[in-house]
Amino acid sequence: MGTKTVGKEDFSSFLIKAISYVCIFCFALACAFPFVLMISSSFMNEQEIVREGYKLIPNHFSLKAYELLFRNSTVLSKAYGVTIFITVIGTVAGLLMMSMAGFVLNRKDFKYRHFFSFMIYFTTLFAGGLIPSYILMVKYLHLKDSLFAMILPGVVGAWSIFLMRNFMKSIPDSLYESATIDGAGDFRIYWQIFMPLAIPALATIGLFSALGFWNEWYNGMLYIQTPDKFPLQYVLQRMINQTNVQALINQGAVINSADLPSQSIKMATAVMATGPIILLYPFAQRYFVSGLTIGAVKG
Amino acid sequence: MQVISRVKLHSRNVLQEIWKNKVMFLMLLPIIVYFVVFHYLVMPGAYVAFVDFNIRNGIFGSKFVGLDNFQFLFKNGDLWNITKNTLLYNFVFLALGNVIQIVFAVMLAEISGKWFKKITQSVLLLPYFISMVIVGVFAYNMFNYDSGFVNTVLTSLGFERYEFYSNPDIWKYIIVAFKIWSATGYGMIVYLATITGISNELYEAAYMDGASKWQRIRHMTLPMLKPTFILLLLFGLGGILKGSFDLFYNLIGTNSVLYPQTDIIDTYVFRSLVGQFNFSMGAAVGFYQSIFGLVIVLVVNLIVRKIEPDSALF
Repeated sequence: MGTKTVGKEDFSSFLIKAISYVCIFCFALACAFPFVLMISSSFMNEQEIVREGYKLIPNHFSLKAYELLFRNSTVLSKAYGVTIFITVIGTVAGLLMMSMAGFVLNRKDFKYRHFFSFMIYFTTLFAGGLIPSYILMVKYLHLKDSLFAMILPGVVGAWSIFLMRNFMKSIPDSLYESATIDGAGDFRIYWQIFMPLAIPALATIGLFSALGFWNEWYNGMLYIQTPDKFPLQYVLQRMINQTNVQALINQGAVINSADLPSQSIKMATAVMATGPIILLYPFAQRYFVSGLTIGAVKG
Repeated sequence: MQVISRVKLHSRNVLQEIWKNKVMFLMLLPIIVYFVVFHYLVMPGAYVAFVDFNIRNGIFGSKFVGLDNFQFLFKNGDLWNITKNTLLYNFVFLALGNVIQIVFAVMLAEISGKWFKKITQSVLLLPYFISMVIVGVFAYNMFNYDSGFVNTVLTSLGFERYEFYSNPDIWKYIIVAFKIWSATGYGMIVYLATITGISNELYEAAYMDGASKWQRIRHMTLPMLKPTFILLLLFGLGGILKGSFDLFYNLIGTNSVLYPQTDIIDTYVFRSLVGQFNFSMGAAVGFYQSIFGLVIVLVVNLIVRKIEPDSALF
């Protein structure tokens, strides 16, 4: 009798396991497929794309799209510069602001912590909307065509502040008390004691925030007019929507326009815009997973 | 008299409190300024929905027209279509998305091969990291008429090319597929975290009692995921009127042929701002979205507090 149940158990286990392997493998393929297609079509030559369309394995391997991109790299390098600038400034400023807020909102001797927490929380329930925000940014703050128009709207987030506050909760109060007895001020306690201990939370939220800035295109589209100030993803987005890539390529470039790799160059630009994320990915992913777990467990 | 002195005393207490904790207030100041400027100052701006907006006169200098903007939207039927689309899409994203995330989390928990697990988990999370602009590139890469991968395959198999970008009906499925594609890895990990948190002893005890693998999943793992599921569902329901603007705009762009099936509130508001400069109409839709959304959050929370008090948001 006992062996019979175990036998049955083994079979159902085996079946479930087998199905799991197959399904996960298939879904992983589906997740990777567009990336592979994008990369391989960036190496295709134009005639082949026009004749046969994007393919997983090109017949002729061509570096022409990348050559063109690098030879006429001013647009791309400027966009890289803008994106790196907003990512660094936005992430650092955001982390500083959010960690200070998280520290204060967690302090039990800070009388108004519930009031301010609710004030922050309420903004997740009710928002003025896109158009009033736009009018505020353009007419009253005069941020049209300013790089700060891409930094400010996303610099802090209500949920990140709460995640930070919850993380600070896990740091024992006794640390704070003994520091006060030693005569340390509030800011000193925050900077010298809490910040080093909050590194896991800072890394998680910092990565989330950096990723948001790296992928920024929306505020660029809304507020930025000078092409030199376009962020990377927005340059890419415009290129995809443009039928003519000529705009990207400098006048000085000597290209036969029939020869212009307008299709593969789109994919090459997409690869260039994704590249740094793929490189950062193995490192970032670890923090993401642990960060998500912290968030999930604490609600 | 007494009241006045009490008020005075009270306000002095506030000032004293601020002075005593001035460093902490200073540390909180950037966030306070940020939320006041970018959130609270914007809220009265919703008033633009009730005026005939003129950029030169500003929000409060423009002519007050009452509910005319709303009336127009109801009459021309736009509001109904975008509300319907937004609700339906978000509902499918939520329901189907969460179910798929749970299924994959359970399956990933069943897998024992360490390398396989690590690699597939990384690959499944990858779509979450990239921008929706890249997702738009992927869609273009696959579905464009002349060189899209799907049409490449179709022609090589001897079929006719399919014109994706002029057939609205198929985009429902494409949009949902891309949403699921990009969100599954993230949600899966949240559920996986809950599963790993379940004590192993429970499973061993159930195994001793003769519960099969399936029974253990069905009667142990799934019920344990219920609180997480409810919490995520609640968050999702709260935002059910907020669309994934990123996704829709990058897949559809300004292709008006596809609007009947793919226009959501956010894309509509965006167009009224950028394409038509119709600030008041856009603001009216935005205001309707905010109010409607707030009501949904409050109602959902109320219902949840009745059924499962622990899962309520507030």
